[in-house]
Amino acid sequence: MSKTFSKDDNSVVVIVGSGAGGGTLADELTRQGIDVVILEAGKHHTQEDFENDEWAMFAKISWLDKRISAGGWHHTETYPNLPAWIVKGVGGSTMHWSGLALRFMAHEFKTRSTYGHVPGANVLDWPISYEELAPYYDIAERKMGVAGTKASGLPPMPPNNHYKVIEAGARKIGYKDIVRPVASNTRPNDGRPACQQIGYCMQGCKIGAKWSTLYSEIPRAMKTGHAELRPQSMVLRIEHDKSGKATGVLYADKDGKQHLQKARVVCVAGNSIESPRLLLNSASSLFPNGLANSSGQVGRNYMNHTTAAALTINPGPVYMYRGFDIAAVVSDEVPNNPDRGFLGGYHLEGLALHLPFAAAFMKPGGWGREVSSALEKFDHMSCVWVCGEDLAQEENSITLHPTEKDQHGLPIPIVTKTDHTNDAAMRRHGLGQWRKLSEAVGATRVIDMPPYPASHNMGTNRMSAKARDGVVNKWGQTHDIKNLFVSDGSQFTSSGAANPTLTIVALAIRQAEYIAGAMKRREL
Amino acid sequence: MKNEHPDTPAEPAMRVLEKRITVSRRAFLKGSGAAAAGVAALSTGSLMLPARDALAAEFTELGAGPGKTLLVMARDIFPHDRISDRYYMLAIEPYDAMAAKDPALKKLIVDGVAQLDRLAMAAFNKPYAEVSTEPERLTLLYAIEHGAFFQKIKGDMVTGFYNNKAVWPLFGEEGSSWEKGGYVNRGFDDIDWLPKA
Repeated sequence: MSKTFSKDDNSVVVIVGSGAGGGTLADELTRQGIDVVILEAGKHHTQEDFENDEWAMFAKISWLDKRISAGGWHHTETYPNLPAWIVKGVGGSTMHWSGLALRFMAHEFKTRSTYGHVPGANVLDWPISYEELAPYYDIAERKMGVAGTKASGLPPMPPNNHYKVIEAGARKIGYKDIVRPVASNTRPNDGRPACQQIGYCMQGCKIGAKWSTLYSEIPRAMKTGHAELRPQSMVLRIEHDKSGKATGVLYADKDGKQHLQKARVVCVAGNSIESPRLLLNSASSLFPNGLANSSGQVGRNYMNHTTAAALTINPGPVYMYRGFDIAAVVSDEVPNNPDRGFLGGYHLEGLALHLPFAAAFMKPGGWGREVSSALEKFDHMSCVWVCGEDLAQEENSITLHPTEKDQHGLPIPIVTKTDHTNDAAMRRHGLGQWRKLSEAVGATRVIDMPPYPASHNMGTNRMSAKARDGVVNKWGQTHDIKNLFVSDGSQFTSSGAANPTLTIVALAIRQAEYIAGAMKRREL
Repeated sequence: MKNEHPDTPAEPAMRVLEKRITVSRRAFLKGSGAAAAGVAALSTGSLMLPARDALAAEFTELGAGPGKTLLVMARDIFPHDRISDRYYMLAIEPYDAMAAKDPALKKLIVDGVAQLDRLAMAAFNKPYAEVSTEPERLTLLYAIEHGAFFQKIKGDMVTGFYNNKAVWPLFGEEGSSWEKGGYVNRGFDDIDWLPKA
């Protein structure tokens, strides 16, 4: 049923990227009979390619094109050429995502009003409120099959050992808001089977119980006869006409051959590093600072959550990897409570590792008995990932390298990040609470870990009410170019304390509705 | 290890692994005799020295001397007393074939080993691999830990050792589970030692 569109067909919507944003947008637009061409930089893997093997899948699906970590963050030492851990392939990072589908809280859309002026940060309110997005969160939870939500009607994910040990510790220290909204089927749903507690969720769900656009939205869009998917198609620049309207995109196929695909509307959903990079690389005589960049905010305000991780050695065996990768999630620390010494909040998220990744991430660069004695108790371990609000700072950014080029001749991206003092205070608090929680069930040792390479990348084409403060309006439409949209997490004005995927999907559903309406009204 | 719960006979005990090799040794052990003896629980100490020499003799390109140094160094980097030399060998033996094809790598290893032995001779009057105690050998490794040789061996060990499926059972790591139907019927929720709420 898959359709082929002519490269000269200027009636199509071109979507750059096929992950949570691009894949959802393709599904929602084609449902309404709109023709789309999806250009995906990576390969088209299938579940046949998925292995229960951390390093094998890391090598197979990660975005490994060279990037540079810069600024004051830990990654300049620990992961100098891997600032971010995201996926290159059809389905994008929905192959790798943990499945945790948390909503933002109302105040996280109103950070400037809630926090006031924050020295050293570039905090801004979203131009939309929680109330406006809430109905789209409902649709997203239904589409993705988020277990334990009213919208999906699916039963909660049954607690595994890792969940139980974290929950017990959390309750002992007085936490009450313990949740686990995960987008994995708890009974057969939407043509996909129920979770078999396999683990290795972040290596690509072998049976497709965990939601991914790879096998949900993309095939559904193709079936409508309104979509064409072109994998291994790396978009190099967005073209525009003299009036400044986007006219199409130039991309390189798997052999490096370049093609121009014309378009009525262009939607960029390449994640928060590649999306601003594409806009910056599309600079022209009319837009010398890059497309949609009259504000100078393209690539700015890069956020990747205030994170930390820790491994706990418990008094008895846990086998944290048995079952769904996300364990108990403590939400008690999410509300804004400046008495703790920082603004915003965080989740404590149980997130299982297997032995190879525990060895690699526990103490990068470390060796000796400090490391090996802990790993001997791998079977007794539980593991937390702290996911907290990261305040926007203008200097945290995606910029183009002045000399170094990629395989297509385009400047490679530099990812600059320096902690705000708020981040450091929150990280300390989070790790301290995890230690208390662990010791409450008799933990004998807790090992703090540095942050992993960033999987949550946000904010580099942010939404703003006023054109001078950001890149896109409340529909994700760029302030400068009417038929150019941003459809991924780079739209986020704040990072919140929630994993971004659910919000990306909700925004894409809402954006598709807007684009379809505007096309009907001939505004686009 | 076994957990018995006479008070609650209705609930089966947690499925706990014994952290021993449960798969066929033949699958990953090429040698026999002296080499296989290395798998025995008593893996360290003077009793095993002939076995260690036999393993080191497998380094035909780099030579038995440097091979033995690499082996002892690998142990000192990630020491697990109950895991035999054989498993450390699996992580470092690829260097021999690689060195045959990669002169720069060979030089890095040969020079690195020579430097380590020079330091050992100066301090203890014997080569590194013969220095008898771990704390003594560590003083030598601390002296070179920021150099390219040590960084290379240590960096490769993270995956060469811990990503070797042959050692996983020794840590209680069960590996791929989808072909066994996951853990839905194999103890994903059988933890039995938590205090009752």
